[in-house]
Amino acid sequence: MKLRYLWIALFVLSVISIFVGVQDLTPLDLFRLGDGQSLILLSSRLPRLISIIIAGSSISICGLIMQQLSRNKFVSPTTAGTMDAARLGVLVSLLIFASASPLIKMLIAFAFALGGTLLFMKILDSIKMKDTIFIPLVGLMFGNIISSVATFIAYKYDLIQNMSSWLHGDFSMIVSGQFELIYISIPLLIFAYLFADKFTIAGMGEEFAKNLGLNYQQVVRIGLAIVAMVTASVVLTVGMIPFLGLIIPNIVSIYQGDHLKKSLSHTAVLGAVFVLFCDILGRIVIYPYEISISLTVGIIGSGIFIYLLLRRRAYDT
Amino acid sequence: MIRVNHLFKKYGRKQVIEDVSIQIEKGKITSFIGPNGAGKSTLLSMISRLIAKDAGEITIDDQDLTKSKNRDLAKKISILKQSNFTTLRLTVRELVSFGRFPYSQGKLTETDWKHVDEAIRYLNLEDIQHRYLDQLSGGQQQRAYIAMVVAQDTEYILLDEPLNNLDMKHAVQIMKILRRLVDDLGKTVVIVIHDINFASCYSDHIVALKDGKVVREGAPHEMIHSSVLKEIYNMDFNVERFNNHRICLYYT
Repeated sequence: MKLRYLWIALFVLSVISIFVGVQDLTPLDLFRLGDGQSLILLSSRLPRLISIIIAGSSISICGLIMQQLSRNKFVSPTTAGTMDAARLGVLVSLLIFASASPLIKMLIAFAFALGGTLLFMKILDSIKMKDTIFIPLVGLMFGNIISSVATFIAYKYDLIQNMSSWLHGDFSMIVSGQFELIYISIPLLIFAYLFADKFTIAGMGEEFAKNLGLNYQQVVRIGLAIVAMVTASVVLTVGMIPFLGLIIPNIVSIYQGDHLKKSLSHTAVLGAVFVLFCDILGRIVIYPYEISISLTVGIIGSGIFIYLLLRRRAYDT
Repeated sequence: MIRVNHLFKKYGRKQVIEDVSIQIEKGKITSFIGPNGAGKSTLLSMISRLIAKDAGEITIDDQDLTKSKNRDLAKKISILKQSNFTTLRLTVRELVSFGRFPYSQGKLTETDWKHVDEAIRYLNLEDIQHRYLDQLSGGQQQRAYIAMVVAQDTEYILLDEPLNNLDMKHAVQIMKILRRLVDDLGKTVVIVIHDINFASCYSDHIVALKDGKVVREGAPHEMIHSSVLKEIYNMDFNVERFNNHRICLYYT
C-alpha cells in the first residue's frame, strides 16, 4: 500500500465527513455561507474532523510505540490498562479538583495513565511466561481492575452517568471550545518521530540497545510518557476508543515492517482514515441518529483483531 | 588489550565469578570454554558492560570500563548475545544500519551507508538484504547480526555462543567469518563456545572456566589434552591429531 493512496483516502473521507450531518451543508454552500452554516462548519463539523484525525493517528502511534517497547504485538493503550488508568485519573480530578481547568485535569489523567502503564510494565517484567497472547490478557484484566475501582468510586459519589460518557468514545459531543486540548498530541507525535530510531532499537531489547550505546531506560521512560500524555488528552476530549492502538500498527507492520521511521507515517494516516471511516459509518447507519465511535470501532476492530490472531496462528505453524 | 583483574560477581548467594584475572590480546580469537554454569556468559557480559561487576577491575586499552561513556564504548566494543532474537519485523539492511547508531545517532551519513554496504557484502547478504529477518534461516539471521557488528566497526567483538542452533555447515561458515575478521580486518574476537572442536580448530587462545574460576588457559595445543579436559569437564576424552588440528572424541 502506498502512502499516497492513504492520503487520498483521508482527503476524500474528510470531505465526506464535513458534509454529512443532520443540518444541510453542501459543497456549494461553501461559496455562500450563511450565518447558520458557517457556525455548523466552524464550531461543529471542522472540530469534529480535526479531533477524529488527531485521535485516530495519535492513539495508533501510541499503540505502535507500546508494542515496540514491550516487545509484544498485542500490547496497546487498551490492553495495558493505560486508557482505564487515564479514565480513573479524570474521575479523581472531577472529584477532588472539580473546578480545575481542563489542563490540570489532563495532567492528573496523565499522571494516572503513566502510573498505570509503568505498573503494567513492572508486572510484565515479573511474568515468567512470556506468551504473546498471555500478556495482553493480563493487561486487559489489569485494566478491568482499575476500571472497577473507578466504577466503585463513581457509584459512591453518584458520578456513574458522567463516567459513562468517557467510557464511550464519542465525537458527536465535540464542539469548538471543548476539544482544543487534543492539539497537545501534535508536538508529542513530532517528538515521537524524532525518537523513532531509538524506540526501534529499544524494542530490540535492553542488551541490544546497550551494545549500541543507547540509554535504554531513558528511552523507555520517554516513550511511555508520550503514550500516557497522548492517551490522557484523547480520553479527556473524545473518550475511549478500543482496539485502535492494537489493530492499526499490526496492519501496517504486515506490509511495512517494524522500522518505526518507515511505519510511523503509515500508522498515523491509516489510523486517521480508519477512525474517520468508522465515524462516517456510525453517522449514516441509523441516520439521523448516531452510533458512538467506540461501538463502531469496537465492532470492526474486534473483527480485525480476531483475524490477526488467527493469521498469526496460521503463520506460526 | 582487555585486562580483567580480580573480578567477582554474585547472583543472590551464588558466587558465579570468583577472582578471575585474564588478559585478552589484540588481533586474536579468544574462546571461553567450560561446563554449563561455569560463568562464561557472565564474564563476557561484564566485559561488555551489559551487567555490573561486584568487585574487580576491567580495562580496555588501559581505560577503566566503568569510567568510560556508554556511547564511546559502543564504538570500541560490541557484543552479540543469543537473546538478541527479536520479534520485530526488520529487513537485514535495516538491522545492519543500526550498527551505525553509535556514530550517527540515527541520522546516517554517506560514510555510514558505505559501512553498511561493506558489511552486507562482507557477509554475502546482498541477495537477501531487503528480506525480513523472520523469513530467514537461523544461519542467515546469525550472519545478519554479525554484519551489524561489522558495521558497528568496533575493535573488540564479543559473541555469546554464536553457533547455537546452527547446523554444521552454517557453524563452519560463521567460524570462518570470525577468523577472517581477525586475520583480514585485524579485529579482536572473544567467544563463548560449547563445541570444543571448533574452539580447538579456530581459536588462538582458550580460557577454561569452572565454577566461576579460571582453571587453565593457553593456546589450543596446550589446552586440548585429555588430562586438561578431564580436569575441566570431569569426563574422559580421546584427543586425536588430524591435519595439524587436535580433535576430541568423546561421543561414546
